[in-house]
Amino acid sequence: MANVGVVIVSHSPKVAEGAADMVRQMVGDSVPLAWTGGNPDGGLGTDVAAIVTAIDRAWSEAGVVILVDLGGAETNSEMAIDLLEPARRGKVLVCEAPVVEGAVMAATEASGGAALDAVRRTAEELSPTGAA
Amino acid sequence: MLKTSLTGSALITNDVGLHARPSVKLTQLAKRFGAHIEFALDAAGPWVDAKSPVKVMRFKAAKGETLHFRAYGPDAAVALAAILALVERGFAVDGEASPQPPNG
Repeated sequence: MANVGVVIVSHSPKVAEGAADMVRQMVGDSVPLAWTGGNPDGGLGTDVAAIVTAIDRAWSEAGVVILVDLGGAETNSEMAIDLLEPARRGKVLVCEAPVVEGAVMAATEASGGAALDAVRRTAEELSPTGAA
Repeated sequence: MLKTSLTGSALITNDVGLHARPSVKLTQLAKRFGAHIEFALDAAGPWVDAKSPVKVMRFKAAKGETLHFRAYGPDAAVALAAILALVERGFAVDGEASPQPPNG
């Protein structure tokens, strides 16, 4: 079974790309990874279609976790998941975790072959309400 | 676990200690084995699960400190040897010339 994929969604393309760079350098390339950031006009924001494309690029039969930064990134990610065909929709989860640290932690967990739920749990251990 | 676990220790020699990148490498290596692997700064614990990315990342250990490991399971011996070797070579993985850049 392939490793779970990781998608990074930020309002800023620089943040998203930088977080992806950290994942690649720290975790390696055994995890499918994609990032997206900014709105179609080149400003800060997120774009549903671009998120769908990022999910496609990071696609794994084991599933995909999405790390988001602020409000709209999460709602647009949920909308992107809704646009997927039903068979893939259930394999994509949005993590409630800080985007940079969450992406590195999720990818580290995923690189060991962990299942989708375990990858999300690891990322969410970082949030204030997560398990210590 | 204490009765059947194998133990070992290794001195941290790289400048940044068990920092961000070394933490990821330790976790990734531990996950390759079926054995339960824990580590601590003191041979009496408290012990941390080496396969938990978040717990390993939160663990602070500097150059000059000794990491104690204990492992149990069918492949505990080979797992322990591999992990001690990783610490002893400054967390450098195969193909890496130097352990980490200064801010690693």
